[in-house]
Amino acid sequence: MSETRALPTVFQLAYLASAVLFIVGLKFLSSPARARRGNLMAAIGMAVATAATLGVLWMPGGGFHNQGLIVAGIVIGAALGTAGARWVQMTQMPQMVALLNGFGGGAAALISTGDFLHAAFHGERLSGTVVASTILGCIIGSLSFSGSLVAFGKLQGIISERAITSPLQKVINGVLFFAILATVAGIAARGGSTWFLALLIEALLFGVLMVIPIGGADMPVVISLLNSFTGLAVAATGFALTNNALIISGTLVGASGTLLTTLMCKAMNRSLANVLFAGVGAGPVAAPGAPGSAAAKPVREIGVDDAAVLLSNIQSLIVVPGYGMAVAQAQHAVRELADPLAQRGVEVKYAIHPVAGRMPGHMNVLLAEANVPYDQLFDLDQINPEFEHADVALVIGANDVVNPAARTDRQSPIYGMPILDADKAQHVIVIKRSLNPGFAGIDNPIYYDPRTLMLFGDAKGVVARLVEAMKAAA
Amino acid sequence: MSATAINQLYVFVLAVFVGFEVISKVPVVLHTPLMSGTNAIHGIVMLGGVLVLGTADTPVLVALGFTAVVFGAMNLFGGFVVTDRMLEMFKKKPRDKR
Repeated sequence: MSETRALPTVFQLAYLASAVLFIVGLKFLSSPARARRGNLMAAIGMAVATAATLGVLWMPGGGFHNQGLIVAGIVIGAALGTAGARWVQMTQMPQMVALLNGFGGGAAALISTGDFLHAAFHGERLSGTVVASTILGCIIGSLSFSGSLVAFGKLQGIISERAITSPLQKVINGVLFFAILATVAGIAARGGSTWFLALLIEALLFGVLMVIPIGGADMPVVISLLNSFTGLAVAATGFALTNNALIISGTLVGASGTLLTTLMCKAMNRSLANVLFAGVGAGPVAAPGAPGSAAAKPVREIGVDDAAVLLSNIQSLIVVPGYGMAVAQAQHAVRELADPLAQRGVEVKYAIHPVAGRMPGHMNVLLAEANVPYDQLFDLDQINPEFEHADVALVIGANDVVNPAARTDRQSPIYGMPILDADKAQHVIVIKRSLNPGFAGIDNPIYYDPRTLMLFGDAKGVVARLVEAMKAAA
Repeated sequence: MSATAINQLYVFVLAVFVGFEVISKVPVVLHTPLMSGTNAIHGIVMLGGVLVLGTADTPVLVALGFTAVVFGAMNLFGGFVVTDRMLEMFKKKPRDKR
Protein backbone atom coordinates (compact mmCIF):
# COMPACT_ATOMS: atom_id res chain seq x y z
CA MET A 1 0.00 0.00 0.00
CA SER A 2 2.93 2.25 0.48
CA GLU A 3 3.21 2.66 -3.28
CA THR A 4 -0.36 3.91 -3.53
CA ARG A 5 0.64 6.70 -1.20
CA ALA A 6 3.40 7.92 -3.49
CA LEU A 7 2.52 11.52 -4.15
CA PRO A 8 2.11 13.38 -7.46
CA THR A 9 5.02 15.41 -8.80
CA VAL A 10 3.90 18.87 -7.76
CA PHE A 11 3.56 17.73 -4.17
CA GLN A 12 6.93 16.00 -4.23
CA LEU A 13 8.46 19.30 -5.38
CA ALA A 14 6.76 21.10 -2.52
CA TYR A 15 8.35 18.56 -0.15
CA LEU A 16 11.72 19.24 -1.72
CA ALA A 17 11.25 22.97 -1.14
CA SER A 18 10.37 22.34 2.50
CA ALA A 19 13.46 20.16 2.97
CA VAL A 20 15.60 23.01 1.63
CA LEU A 21 13.91 25.43 4.03
CA PHE A 22 14.61 23.08 6.98
CA ILE A 23 18.30 22.83 6.13
CA VAL A 24 18.78 26.55 5.53
CA GLY A 25 16.79 27.28 8.68
CA LEU A 26 19.07 25.02 10.71
CA LYS A 27 22.06 26.74 9.16
CA PHE A 28 20.73 30.11 10.28
CA LEU A 29 20.48 28.74 13.81
CA SER A 30 24.25 28.99 14.14
CA SER A 31 24.27 32.72 14.82
CA PRO A 32 22.26 34.32 17.64
CA ALA A 33 21.33 37.27 15.41
CA ARG A 34 19.89 35.16 12.58
CA ALA A 35 18.61 32.25 14.62
CA ARG A 36 15.07 33.53 14.93
CA ARG A 37 14.80 33.91 11.17
CA GLY A 38 16.10 30.36 10.85
CA ASN A 39 13.31 29.04 13.04
CA LEU A 40 10.80 31.01 11.00
CA MET A 41 12.17 29.51 7.77
CA ALA A 42 11.79 26.01 9.17
CA ALA A 43 8.22 26.88 10.16
CA ILE A 44 7.49 28.10 6.63
CA GLY A 45 8.96 24.85 5.31
CA MET A 46 6.55 23.00 7.55
CA ALA A 47 3.63 25.09 6.27
CA VAL A 48 4.59 24.23 2.68
CA ALA A 49 4.81 20.51 3.43
CA THR A 50 1.50 20.59 5.31
CA ALA A 51 -0.26 22.48 2.54
CA ALA A 52 1.03 19.97 -0.02
CA THR A 53 -0.16 17.01 2.04
CA LEU A 54 -3.58 18.51 2.66
CA GLY A 55 -3.77 19.30 -1.05
CA VAL A 56 -3.33 15.59 -1.82
CA LEU A 57 -6.14 14.70 0.57
CA TRP A 58 -8.60 16.94 -1.20
CA MET A 59 -7.55 15.84 -4.65
CA PRO A 60 -10.57 14.60 -6.60
CA GLY A 61 -10.46 10.84 -6.90
CA GLY A 62 -7.60 10.58 -4.40
CA GLY A 63 -9.54 8.04 -2.39
CA PHE A 64 -8.78 9.71 0.93
CA HIS A 65 -11.31 10.19 3.70
CA ASN A 66 -11.70 11.56 7.23
CA GLN A 67 -10.73 15.07 6.08
CA GLY A 68 -12.86 16.66 8.77
CA LEU A 69 -11.22 14.62 11.49
CA ILE A 70 -7.78 15.48 10.13
CA VAL A 71 -8.44 19.21 10.33
CA ALA A 72 -9.94 18.77 13.81
CA GLY A 73 -6.89 16.82 14.99
CA ILE A 74 -4.50 19.44 13.67
CA VAL A 75 -6.49 22.27 15.28
CA ILE A 76 -6.68 20.50 18.66
CA GLY A 77 -2.99 19.62 18.68
CA ALA A 78 -2.00 23.09 17.51
CA ALA A 79 -4.07 24.74 20.23
CA LEU A 80 -2.68 22.49 22.99
CA GLY A 81 0.92 22.79 21.78
CA THR A 82 0.80 26.55 21.32
CA ALA A 83 -0.84 27.14 24.69
CA GLY A 84 1.75 25.01 26.47
CA ALA A 85 4.60 26.71 24.63
CA ARG A 86 3.29 30.16 25.56
CA TRP A 87 2.85 29.47 29.25
CA VAL A 88 5.90 27.40 30.02
CA GLN A 89 8.60 29.08 32.07
CA MET A 90 12.18 29.11 30.86
CA THR A 91 13.28 27.04 33.86
CA GLN A 92 10.80 24.38 32.74
CA MET A 93 12.18 24.26 29.21
CA PRO A 94 13.82 20.83 29.62
CA GLN A 95 10.56 19.15 30.60
CA MET A 96 8.69 21.02 27.87
CA VAL A 97 11.14 19.79 25.24
CA ALA A 98 10.94 16.29 26.72
CA LEU A 99 7.15 16.35 26.55
CA LEU A 100 6.95 17.67 22.97
CA ASN A 101 9.60 15.17 21.96
CA GLY A 102 7.60 12.38 23.56
CA PHE A 103 4.50 13.31 21.58
CA GLY A 104 6.53 13.23 18.37
CA GLY A 105 7.80 9.76 19.25
CA GLY A 106 4.32 8.62 20.20
CA ALA A 107 2.97 9.85 16.87
CA ALA A 108 5.68 7.91 15.02
CA ALA A 109 4.85 4.73 16.95
CA LEU A 110 1.12 5.10 16.23
CA ILE A 111 1.74 5.77 12.54
CA SER A 112 3.93 2.68 12.24
CA THR A 113 1.30 0.62 14.03
CA GLY A 114 -1.48 2.10 11.89
CA ASP A 115 0.44 1.38 8.73
CA PHE A 116 1.04 -2.24 9.72
CA LEU A 117 -2.52 -2.83 10.90
CA HIS A 118 -3.97 -1.28 7.74
CA ALA A 119 -2.14 -3.82 5.63
CA ALA A 120 -3.03 -6.66 8.02
CA PHE A 121 -6.74 -5.74 7.98
CA HIS A 122 -6.77 -5.64 4.19
CA GLY A 123 -4.70 -8.78 3.78
CA GLU A 124 -2.03 -6.85 1.88
CA ARG A 125 1.54 -8.09 1.80
CA LEU A 126 3.99 -5.42 2.84
CA SER A 127 7.48 -5.36 1.36
CA GLY A 128 10.39 -6.29 3.60
CA THR A 129 11.54 -2.66 3.72
CA VAL A 130 8.14 -1.45 4.88
CA VAL A 131 7.82 -4.17 7.53
CA ALA A 132 11.30 -3.39 8.84
CA SER A 133 10.52 0.33 8.85
CA THR A 134 7.26 -0.07 10.74
CA ILE A 135 8.98 -2.30 13.30
CA LEU A 136 11.79 0.22 13.82
CA GLY A 137 9.39 3.16 13.91
CA CYS A 138 7.24 1.37 16.46
CA ILE A 139 10.13 0.37 18.74
CA ILE A 140 12.09 3.64 18.64
CA GLY A 141 8.99 5.82 18.71
CA SER A 142 7.42 4.02 21.70
CA LEU A 143 10.71 4.05 23.55
CA SER A 144 10.99 7.77 22.94
CA PHE A 145 7.37 8.36 23.99
CA SER A 146 7.45 6.57 27.33
CA GLY A 147 11.08 7.51 28.02
CA SER A 148 10.30 11.18 27.42
CA LEU A 149 7.26 11.03 29.67
CA VAL A 150 9.39 9.56 32.49
CA ALA A 151 12.03 12.25 31.87
CA PHE A 152 9.25 14.85 31.98
CA GLY A 153 8.01 13.39 35.27
CA LYS A 154 11.49 13.49 36.76
CA LEU A 155 12.17 17.07 35.65
CA GLN A 156 8.76 18.24 36.81
CA GLY A 157 9.27 16.55 40.17
CA ILE A 158 6.37 14.11 39.72
CA ILE A 159 8.77 11.16 39.80
CA SER A 160 11.88 11.15 42.03
CA GLU A 161 14.82 12.76 40.26
CA ARG A 162 17.07 10.21 41.92
CA ALA A 163 18.32 7.30 39.95
CA ILE A 164 15.80 4.60 40.84
CA THR A 165 17.60 1.29 40.73
CA SER A 166 16.92 -2.23 41.92
CA PRO A 167 18.88 -5.45 41.69
CA LEU A 168 16.10 -6.97 39.60
CA GLN A 169 16.40 -4.25 36.98
CA LYS A 170 19.06 -5.92 34.88
CA VAL A 171 17.10 -9.17 34.87
CA ILE A 172 13.84 -7.47 33.87
CA ASN A 173 15.58 -5.43 31.18
CA GLY A 174 17.23 -8.57 29.83
CA VAL A 175 13.96 -10.50 29.72
CA LEU A 176 12.20 -7.60 28.04
CA PHE A 177 14.99 -7.21 25.51
CA PHE A 178 14.68 -10.83 24.46
CA ALA A 179 10.90 -10.58 24.43
CA ILE A 180 11.21 -7.70 21.96
CA LEU A 181 13.60 -9.71 19.80
CA ALA A 182 11.21 -12.68 19.86
CA THR A 183 8.28 -10.47 18.92
CA VAL A 184 10.23 -8.96 16.02
CA ALA A 185 11.04 -12.48 14.86
CA GLY A 186 7.34 -13.33 15.14
CA ILE A 187 6.37 -10.37 12.95
CA ALA A 188 9.07 -11.24 10.43
CA ALA A 189 7.59 -14.76 10.28
CA ARG A 190 4.33 -13.23 9.03
CA GLY A 191 2.81 -12.65 12.46
CA GLY A 192 -0.33 -10.53 12.47
CA SER A 193 -1.56 -7.46 14.27
CA THR A 194 -1.52 -9.10 17.73
CA TRP A 195 2.23 -9.49 17.45
CA PHE A 196 2.61 -5.89 16.43
CA LEU A 197 0.54 -4.60 19.35
CA ALA A 198 2.62 -6.75 21.69
CA LEU A 199 5.72 -5.08 20.26
CA LEU A 200 4.21 -1.65 20.90
CA ILE A 201 3.54 -2.47 24.55
CA GLU A 202 6.96 -4.06 25.13
CA ALA A 203 8.74 -1.06 23.64
CA LEU A 204 6.70 1.35 25.76
CA LEU A 205 7.67 -0.59 28.87
CA PHE A 206 11.29 -0.64 27.80
CA GLY A 207 11.33 3.16 27.50
CA VAL A 208 10.09 3.52 31.08
CA LEU A 209 12.67 1.07 32.41
CA MET A 210 15.43 2.77 30.44
CA VAL A 211 14.93 6.26 31.89
CA ILE A 212 13.78 5.43 35.45
CA PRO A 213 17.29 4.46 36.63
CA ILE A 214 18.90 7.66 35.32
CA GLY A 215 19.56 10.50 37.76
CA GLY A 216 18.39 14.08 37.15
CA ALA A 217 21.91 15.43 36.66
CA ASP A 218 22.26 13.20 33.59
CA MET A 219 19.12 14.58 31.97
CA PRO A 220 21.02 16.66 29.36
CA VAL A 221 22.25 13.38 27.87
CA VAL A 222 18.88 11.65 28.11
CA ILE A 223 16.94 14.48 26.49
CA SER A 224 19.43 14.74 23.63
CA LEU A 225 19.29 10.99 23.12
CA LEU A 226 15.48 10.85 23.16
CA ASN A 227 15.38 13.75 20.69
CA SER A 228 17.61 11.78 18.39
CA PHE A 229 15.40 8.68 18.85
CA THR A 230 12.26 10.54 17.84
CA GLY A 231 14.09 11.87 14.78
CA LEU A 232 15.07 8.36 13.75
CA ALA A 233 11.55 7.03 14.44
CA VAL A 234 10.15 9.75 12.17
CA ALA A 235 12.67 8.82 9.49
CA ALA A 236 11.52 5.20 9.80
CA THR A 237 7.89 6.22 9.26
CA GLY A 238 9.12 8.12 6.20
CA PHE A 239 10.48 4.82 4.82
CA ALA A 240 7.21 3.06 5.58
CA LEU A 241 5.06 5.75 3.97
CA THR A 242 7.46 6.39 1.05
CA ASN A 243 7.71 9.99 2.09
CA ASN A 244 11.05 11.75 1.60
CA ALA A 245 10.05 14.81 3.62
CA LEU A 246 9.69 12.63 6.72
CA ILE A 247 12.96 10.83 5.99
CA ILE A 248 14.95 14.05 5.57
CA SER A 249 13.48 15.90 8.57
CA GLY A 250 13.71 12.90 10.86
CA THR A 251 17.29 12.20 9.85
CA LEU A 252 18.37 15.83 10.38
CA VAL A 253 16.97 15.65 13.91
CA GLY A 254 18.53 12.25 14.50
CA ALA A 255 21.92 13.66 13.50
CA SER A 256 21.59 16.72 15.73
CA GLY A 257 20.44 14.68 18.70
CA THR A 258 23.31 12.26 18.25
CA LEU A 259 25.80 15.10 18.06
CA LEU A 260 24.48 16.75 21.22
CA THR A 261 24.40 13.42 23.05
CA THR A 262 28.07 12.89 22.23
CA LEU A 263 28.93 16.44 23.32
CA MET A 264 27.13 16.04 26.64
CA CYS A 265 28.81 12.70 27.37
CA LYS A 266 32.18 14.24 26.57
CA ALA A 267 31.43 17.13 28.93
CA MET A 268 31.00 14.61 31.73
CA ASN A 269 33.82 12.36 30.60
CA ARG A 270 31.46 9.40 30.59
CA SER A 271 30.38 6.96 27.97
CA LEU A 272 26.78 6.83 26.89
CA ALA A 273 26.57 3.30 28.32
CA ASN A 274 27.77 4.58 31.68
CA VAL A 275 25.13 7.32 31.73
CA LEU A 276 22.36 4.92 30.74
CA PHE A 277 23.21 1.90 32.83
CA ALA A 278 25.43 2.87 35.76
CA GLY A 279 22.64 4.38 37.87
CA VAL A 280 24.79 7.33 38.96
CA GLY A 281 22.94 9.41 41.52
CA ALA A 282 21.41 6.45 43.33
CA GLY A 283 23.75 6.46 46.30
CA PRO A 284 22.39 7.46 49.71
CA VAL A 285 23.25 11.00 50.72
CA ALA A 286 25.45 11.12 53.82
CA ALA A 287 23.74 13.01 56.63
CA PRO A 288 25.56 16.28 57.12
CA GLY A 289 27.39 16.45 60.40
CA ALA A 290 27.47 12.70 60.83
CA PRO A 291 30.82 11.46 62.10
CA GLY A 292 33.25 10.93 59.30
CA SER A 293 31.03 12.69 56.81
CA ALA A 294 32.03 15.80 54.96
CA ALA A 295 30.42 18.32 57.25
CA ALA A 296 32.69 17.39 60.11
CA LYS A 297 35.45 19.33 58.36
CA PRO A 298 35.75 23.08 59.04
CA VAL A 299 34.42 25.59 56.55
CA ARG A 300 34.80 29.36 56.46
CA GLU A 301 31.49 31.13 56.54
CA ILE A 302 30.77 34.69 55.39
CA GLY A 303 27.75 36.92 56.02
CA VAL A 304 25.90 38.99 53.44
CA ASP A 305 27.40 42.29 54.63
CA ASP A 306 30.97 41.06 54.55
CA ALA A 307 30.42 39.51 51.14
CA ALA A 308 29.05 42.85 49.91
CA VAL A 309 32.19 44.63 51.12
CA LEU A 310 34.38 42.04 49.44
CA LEU A 311 32.47 42.34 46.15
CA SER A 312 32.64 46.15 46.29
CA ASN A 313 36.42 46.07 46.09
CA ILE A 314 37.13 43.78 43.18
CA GLN A 315 38.32 44.24 39.61
CA SER A 316 37.01 41.05 38.13
CA LEU A 317 34.20 38.64 38.89
CA ILE A 318 33.35 35.30 37.36
CA VAL A 319 29.87 34.01 38.12
CA VAL A 320 29.43 30.22 38.02
CA PRO A 321 25.71 29.52 37.79
CA GLY A 322 24.30 26.03 38.30
CA TYR A 323 20.95 24.31 38.28
CA GLY A 324 20.39 25.42 41.89
CA MET A 325 20.27 29.00 40.63
CA ALA A 326 17.62 28.05 38.12
CA VAL A 327 15.54 26.21 40.71
CA ALA A 328 15.67 29.24 43.01
CA GLN A 329 14.76 31.52 40.04
CA ALA A 330 17.72 33.65 41.06
CA GLN A 331 18.94 34.58 37.56
CA HIS A 332 17.31 38.03 37.57
CA ALA A 333 18.75 38.83 41.02
CA VAL A 334 22.16 37.69 39.80
CA ARG A 335 22.03 40.12 36.92
CA GLU A 336 21.00 42.92 39.30
CA LEU A 337 24.08 42.09 41.31
CA ALA A 338 26.43 41.93 38.33
CA ASP A 339 25.19 44.91 36.29
CA PRO A 340 26.18 47.71 38.73
CA LEU A 341 29.57 46.04 39.10
CA ALA A 342 30.02 45.97 35.35
CA GLN A 343 29.01 49.62 35.11
CA ARG A 344 31.68 50.43 37.68
CA GLY A 345 34.25 48.87 35.40
CA VAL A 346 34.48 45.48 37.05
CA GLU A 347 35.05 42.76 34.53
CA VAL A 348 32.04 40.45 34.84
CA LYS A 349 31.95 37.09 33.14
CA TYR A 350 29.72 34.05 33.41
CA ALA A 351 31.25 30.60 33.27
CA ILE A 352 28.86 28.08 31.74
CA HIS A 353 29.57 24.39 32.08
CA PRO A 354 28.16 22.32 29.20
CA VAL A 355 26.02 20.26 31.56
CA ALA A 356 24.90 23.12 33.81
CA GLY A 357 21.13 22.83 33.93
CA ARG A 358 18.99 20.00 32.73
CA MET A 359 19.45 20.19 28.97
CA PRO A 360 22.21 21.33 26.61
CA GLY A 361 22.52 25.11 26.69
CA HIS A 362 19.81 25.47 29.36
CA MET A 363 21.84 27.93 31.45
CA ASN A 364 22.41 30.22 28.47
CA VAL A 365 18.67 30.47 27.90
CA LEU A 366 17.99 31.27 31.57
CA LEU A 367 20.60 34.02 31.60
CA ALA A 368 19.40 35.39 28.27
CA GLU A 369 15.91 35.58 29.77
CA ALA A 370 17.36 37.66 32.60
CA ASN A 371 18.85 39.98 29.93
CA VAL A 372 22.43 38.98 30.60
CA PRO A 373 24.31 40.00 27.43
CA TYR A 374 25.43 36.86 25.66
CA ASP A 375 28.93 38.23 25.12
CA GLN A 376 29.43 37.85 28.88
CA LEU A 377 28.77 34.10 28.68
CA PHE A 378 31.81 31.89 28.29
CA ASP A 379 32.13 28.16 27.94
CA LEU A 380 34.55 25.94 29.77
CA ASP A 381 37.56 26.17 27.46
CA GLN A 382 37.33 29.94 27.14
CA ILE A 383 36.92 30.73 30.82
CA ASN A 384 39.18 28.26 32.62
CA PRO A 385 42.46 30.12 31.96
CA GLU A 386 40.84 33.25 33.40
CA PHE A 387 39.95 31.99 36.86
CA GLU A 388 43.45 32.49 38.28
CA HIS A 389 43.26 36.20 37.38
CA ALA A 390 39.78 36.64 38.82
CA ASP A 391 39.34 38.31 42.19
CA VAL A 392 36.17 36.43 43.01
CA ALA A 393 34.47 33.35 41.62
CA LEU A 394 30.84 33.47 42.72
CA VAL A 395 29.40 29.95 42.66
CA ILE A 396 25.60 29.95 42.75
CA GLY A 397 23.79 26.66 42.92
CA ALA A 398 26.55 24.80 41.11
CA ASN A 399 28.28 21.86 42.71
CA ASP A 400 29.68 18.95 40.71
CA VAL A 401 30.87 21.22 37.87
CA VAL A 402 33.30 22.97 40.24
CA ASN A 403 34.32 19.88 42.19
CA PRO A 404 38.14 19.67 42.19
CA ALA A 405 37.87 15.99 43.08
CA ALA A 406 37.22 15.48 39.37
CA ARG A 407 40.85 16.48 38.78
CA THR A 408 42.55 14.66 41.63
CA ASP A 409 40.50 11.94 43.28
CA ARG A 410 40.64 8.71 41.32
CA GLN A 411 37.98 7.23 43.60
CA SER A 412 35.46 9.95 42.81
CA PRO A 413 32.58 8.97 40.52
CA ILE A 414 33.16 12.18 38.57
CA TYR A 415 36.94 11.70 38.24
CA GLY A 416 38.05 12.94 34.82
CA MET A 417 35.03 15.14 34.18
CA PRO A 418 36.16 18.53 32.82
CA ILE A 419 35.31 21.11 35.49
CA LEU A 420 35.32 24.88 35.85
CA ASP A 421 38.47 25.88 37.75
CA ALA A 422 36.63 28.14 40.20
CA ASP A 423 38.98 27.07 43.00
CA LYS A 424 41.83 28.92 41.25
CA ALA A 425 40.30 32.36 41.79
CA GLN A 426 41.63 34.60 44.59
CA HIS A 427 38.41 34.14 46.55
CA VAL A 428 35.57 31.75 46.02
CA ILE A 429 32.15 32.62 47.35
CA VAL A 430 29.76 29.69 47.33
CA ILE A 431 26.08 30.44 47.79
CA LYS A 432 24.37 27.28 48.99
CA ARG A 433 21.53 26.24 51.26
CA SER A 434 23.55 23.87 53.39
CA LEU A 435 26.50 21.54 53.17
CA ASN A 436 24.37 18.75 51.78
CA PRO A 437 26.25 17.11 48.96
CA GLY A 438 24.89 17.79 45.51
CA PHE A 439 22.63 15.76 43.39
CA ALA A 440 25.03 12.95 42.73
CA GLY A 441 25.71 12.70 46.47
CA ILE A 442 29.40 13.42 45.94
CA ASP A 443 31.25 15.50 48.51
CA ASN A 444 32.96 18.62 47.21
CA PRO A 445 36.41 19.61 48.59
CA ILE A 446 35.99 23.16 47.28
CA TYR A 447 33.80 23.92 50.31
CA TYR A 448 36.69 23.21 52.68
CA ASP A 449 39.29 25.10 50.64
CA PRO A 450 40.82 27.95 52.70
CA ARG A 451 40.02 30.39 49.87
CA THR A 452 36.38 29.50 49.93
CA LEU A 453 33.79 31.49 51.81
CA MET A 454 30.43 29.83 52.27
CA LEU A 455 27.40 32.10 52.11
CA PHE A 456 24.52 29.99 53.34
CA GLY A 457 20.93 30.56 52.29
CA ASP A 458 18.45 30.42 49.46
CA ALA A 459 20.13 31.67 46.27
CA LYS A 460 17.47 34.20 45.35
CA GLY A 461 17.13 35.67 48.86
CA VAL A 462 20.87 35.84 49.45
CA VAL A 463 21.63 37.52 46.14
CA ALA A 464 18.80 40.03 46.65
CA ARG A 465 20.17 40.91 50.10
CA LEU A 466 23.67 41.21 48.58
CA VAL A 467 22.31 43.71 46.06
CA GLU A 468 20.74 45.75 48.87
CA ALA A 469 23.86 45.64 51.02
CA MET A 470 26.02 46.80 48.13
CA LYS A 471 23.65 49.67 47.35
CA ALA A 472 23.84 50.76 50.99
CA ALA A 473 27.62 50.55 50.96
CA ALA A 474 28.03 52.54 47.75
CA MET B 1 15.18 -4.14 -2.17
CA SER B 2 13.03 -2.21 -4.60
CA ALA B 3 14.31 0.82 -6.50
CA THR B 4 12.17 3.06 -4.28
CA ALA B 5 13.73 1.63 -1.15
CA ILE B 6 17.22 2.13 -2.55
CA ASN B 7 16.43 5.75 -3.39
CA GLN B 8 15.09 6.29 0.11
CA LEU B 9 18.27 4.85 1.53
CA TYR B 10 20.28 7.35 -0.52
CA VAL B 11 18.17 10.21 0.81
CA PHE B 12 18.64 8.93 4.35
CA VAL B 13 22.42 8.56 4.15
CA LEU B 14 22.91 11.96 2.50
CA ALA B 15 20.65 13.59 5.10
CA VAL B 16 22.84 12.11 7.86
CA PHE B 17 25.84 13.91 6.41
CA VAL B 18 23.97 17.17 5.84
CA GLY B 19 22.63 16.98 9.39
CA PHE B 20 26.03 16.58 11.02
CA GLU B 21 27.54 19.25 8.77
CA VAL B 22 24.89 21.90 9.43
CA ILE B 23 24.47 21.27 13.12
CA SER B 24 28.11 20.98 14.16
CA LYS B 25 28.42 24.73 13.57
CA VAL B 26 25.77 25.74 16.09
CA PRO B 27 27.42 27.46 19.08
CA VAL B 28 26.93 26.21 22.64
CA VAL B 29 24.88 29.33 23.50
CA LEU B 30 22.16 28.14 21.15
CA HIS B 31 22.05 24.47 22.04
CA THR B 32 18.67 24.63 23.78
CA PRO B 33 16.94 26.48 20.91
CA LEU B 34 18.65 24.07 18.51
CA MET B 35 17.18 21.17 20.40
CA SER B 36 13.68 22.62 20.57
CA GLY B 37 13.95 23.75 16.94
CA THR B 38 14.92 20.31 15.68
CA ASN B 39 12.21 19.00 17.96
CA ALA B 40 9.72 21.13 16.01
CA ILE B 41 11.12 19.84 12.72
CA HIS B 42 10.38 16.23 13.66
CA GLY B 43 6.86 17.50 14.28
CA ILE B 44 6.50 16.82 10.54
CA VAL B 45 5.49 13.39 11.78
CA MET B 46 2.05 15.00 11.96
CA LEU B 47 1.86 14.57 8.18
CA GLY B 48 2.46 10.86 8.59
CA GLY B 49 -0.51 10.83 10.92
CA VAL B 50 -2.53 12.72 8.33
CA LEU B 51 -1.72 10.08 5.69
CA VAL B 52 -2.66 7.23 8.05
CA LEU B 53 -5.91 8.90 9.08
CA GLY B 54 -6.65 9.77 5.45
CA THR B 55 -6.67 6.09 4.52
CA ALA B 56 -8.16 4.80 7.78
CA ASP B 57 -11.32 2.77 7.24
CA THR B 58 -11.88 1.02 10.56
CA PRO B 59 -12.47 2.57 14.02
CA VAL B 60 -9.12 1.25 15.30
CA LEU B 61 -7.19 2.89 12.48
CA VAL B 62 -9.18 6.11 12.81
CA ALA B 63 -8.35 6.25 16.51
CA LEU B 64 -4.66 5.55 15.87
CA GLY B 65 -4.44 8.10 13.07
CA PHE B 66 -6.36 10.78 14.94
CA THR B 67 -4.18 10.43 18.06
CA ALA B 68 -1.06 10.55 15.88
CA VAL B 69 -2.27 13.75 14.21
CA VAL B 70 -3.00 15.41 17.58
CA PHE B 71 0.36 14.30 19.04
CA GLY B 72 2.22 15.40 15.94
CA ALA B 73 0.49 18.78 15.83
CA MET B 74 1.33 19.39 19.49
CA ASN B 75 4.95 18.55 18.79
CA LEU B 76 5.05 20.74 15.68
CA PHE B 77 3.27 23.88 16.89
CA GLY B 78 4.58 23.72 20.47
CA GLY B 79 8.13 23.26 19.19
CA PHE B 80 8.14 26.23 16.86
CA VAL B 81 6.42 28.59 19.31
CA VAL B 82 8.69 27.70 22.20
CA THR B 83 11.81 28.04 20.03
CA ASP B 84 10.66 31.44 18.82
CA ARG B 85 10.11 32.57 22.41
CA MET B 86 13.64 31.58 23.32
CA LEU B 87 15.31 33.06 20.27
CA GLU B 88 13.52 36.35 20.80
CA MET B 89 15.56 36.70 23.99
CA PHE B 90 18.81 36.09 22.15
CA LYS B 91 18.02 38.65 19.50
CA LYS B 92 18.55 41.53 21.90
CA LYS B 93 21.74 43.37 21.09
CA PRO B 94 24.64 42.30 23.32
CA ARG B 95 25.02 45.85 24.68
CA ASP B 96 21.33 46.49 25.15
CA LYS B 97 20.81 46.97 28.87
CA ARG B 98 17.48 48.27 29.96
